[in-house]
Amino acid sequence: MKNIRCPLNGPRPLLEFVCGGEVRVTPDPQTCSDAEWTAYLFNRASVPGVKREWWCHTPSGYWFIAERDTARDEILATFDAAELPAKAAS
Amino acid sequence: MPYRLLKFAASSLLGRPHPEPRMFRNPSRLKDGYEVVIIGGGGHGLAAAYYLARDHGIRNIAVLEKGYLGGGNTARNTTIIRSNYLTPEGVKFYDASLALWAGLASEFDFNLFYSTRGHFTLAHSDADLRTARWRAEVNKHFGVRSEVVDAAFVKKQVPEIDLDCGGHSPILGALYHEPGAIARHDAVAWGYARGADRQGVEIHQNTEVLGIDVRDGAVAGVRTSRGDISTKRVLCAVAGSTPRVLKLIGLDSPLTIHPLQAMVSEPLKPWLDPIIVSSSLHAYVSQSARGELVMGASLDPYELHSTRSTLEFAEGLAVNMLDLFPFLSEVKVNRQWAGMADMTPDFAPIMGTTPCEGFFLDAGWGTWGFKATPISGKTMAHTVATGVPHPLITGFSLERFARLELTGEKGAASVGH
Repeated sequence: MKNIRCPLNGPRPLLEFVCGGEVRVTPDPQTCSDAEWTAYLFNRASVPGVKREWWCHTPSGYWFIAERDTARDEILATFDAAELPAKAAS
Repeated sequence: MPYRLLKFAASSLLGRPHPEPRMFRNPSRLKDGYEVVIIGGGGHGLAAAYYLARDHGIRNIAVLEKGYLGGGNTARNTTIIRSNYLTPEGVKFYDASLALWAGLASEFDFNLFYSTRGHFTLAHSDADLRTARWRAEVNKHFGVRSEVVDAAFVKKQVPEIDLDCGGHSPILGALYHEPGAIARHDAVAWGYARGADRQGVEIHQNTEVLGIDVRDGAVAGVRTSRGDISTKRVLCAVAGSTPRVLKLIGLDSPLTIHPLQAMVSEPLKPWLDPIIVSSSLHAYVSQSARGELVMGASLDPYELHSTRSTLEFAEGLAVNMLDLFPFLSEVKVNRQWAGMADMTPDFAPIMGTTPCEGFFLDAGWGTWGFKATPISGKTMAHTVATGVPHPLITGFSLERFARLELTGEKGAASVGH
């Protein structure tokens, strides 16, 4: 993985990006249990596979979504976060 | 040792096979059941097997290793042993490990190349110095030799160092930990394997765990690539593969897996006696018994389940090494590698019992596992044998996250956390 295709800026070197971690759904802190909340705070899905993650192109400060294979160090797709609801539904 | 040498010479002259037994046997088949099954044939798993047999009389043990013995993070770390941690839990735990290290070579009748060097954590800012003082005071309180020294002391011990670090991060002082040491990592795994094997523990390499049978919330057996076995107690000591094993029994954990890379230079005449760590420059280095500089830096910046190496790492580390030791500019890098570090949110391990009865966890060893090999083996052996976590590891339980009682070892981790 040497370059990442940024949805805004095109292919850019890996060093210009930081990973913001997996796309996760925050439970409602008003209604969820303590156990659900601490599980959300700390637990992570760390089994290798294809994941949706937040990535940021730091020079332009642009956050987007990448689908990455965490076993093979490959990004399969990148898209704007606005497309996330449609992708999540599909 | 001389007697063994004599036997070797005599049998060589008589044309007989080498009388020295293998380090450990290679059993051809798995039994139907074991009292304890240990997943992971690295230092931690083998040490637990050794102390279970030696201290608790449990000898009907199988150690299952997916690859070859000691081929995971035991072989991929940078072999630094120290106990100058930050939290009371950490200091007591790692200091107990240091005490065990001292006696290992004679216990196994095997040279571990354990070499006490002294360990410097360089301070490049007032904030670094403040942390150094904090650590020194905590350490001294628990009887660990640790003190803050000035830049002149560093220069006297390591004349080759550039105290200006290229002008941008001058060295103001350091935390000096006299008992800091290095050891030959392969020998640690082989030594524990020999010690365990001699007491009847079976070591099965090329044996992958495919499933864990749980009945009524308790472990009942293990399914492997070489057949099924029944057991009521399983110890999981697989570092970067821990999430995959936990998935087999449906347990979640706060672990994230990041590669940790390292590299060695070509061999040089001995010039660097102590171990040098700089968290500001994200670099640490020691010189091994055969003269190679063993160098490491911080974790790779994103999750990855792979042991691939990158040029970015070698470049970044070389830049910082040259700030410390400019004369190394002509020295070549010989090898580069990576291990998969299982990181926890508070930089302390996860050890002890789990919600699944009979399933014990020794994980979350991130970038700090090698030095803990003896004490993690001893405390996990106690935990597996009695079912109750050893007093030294109660601060490292898996449940601490749900109780929001993190151990907070972050300030003392050596580099870039």
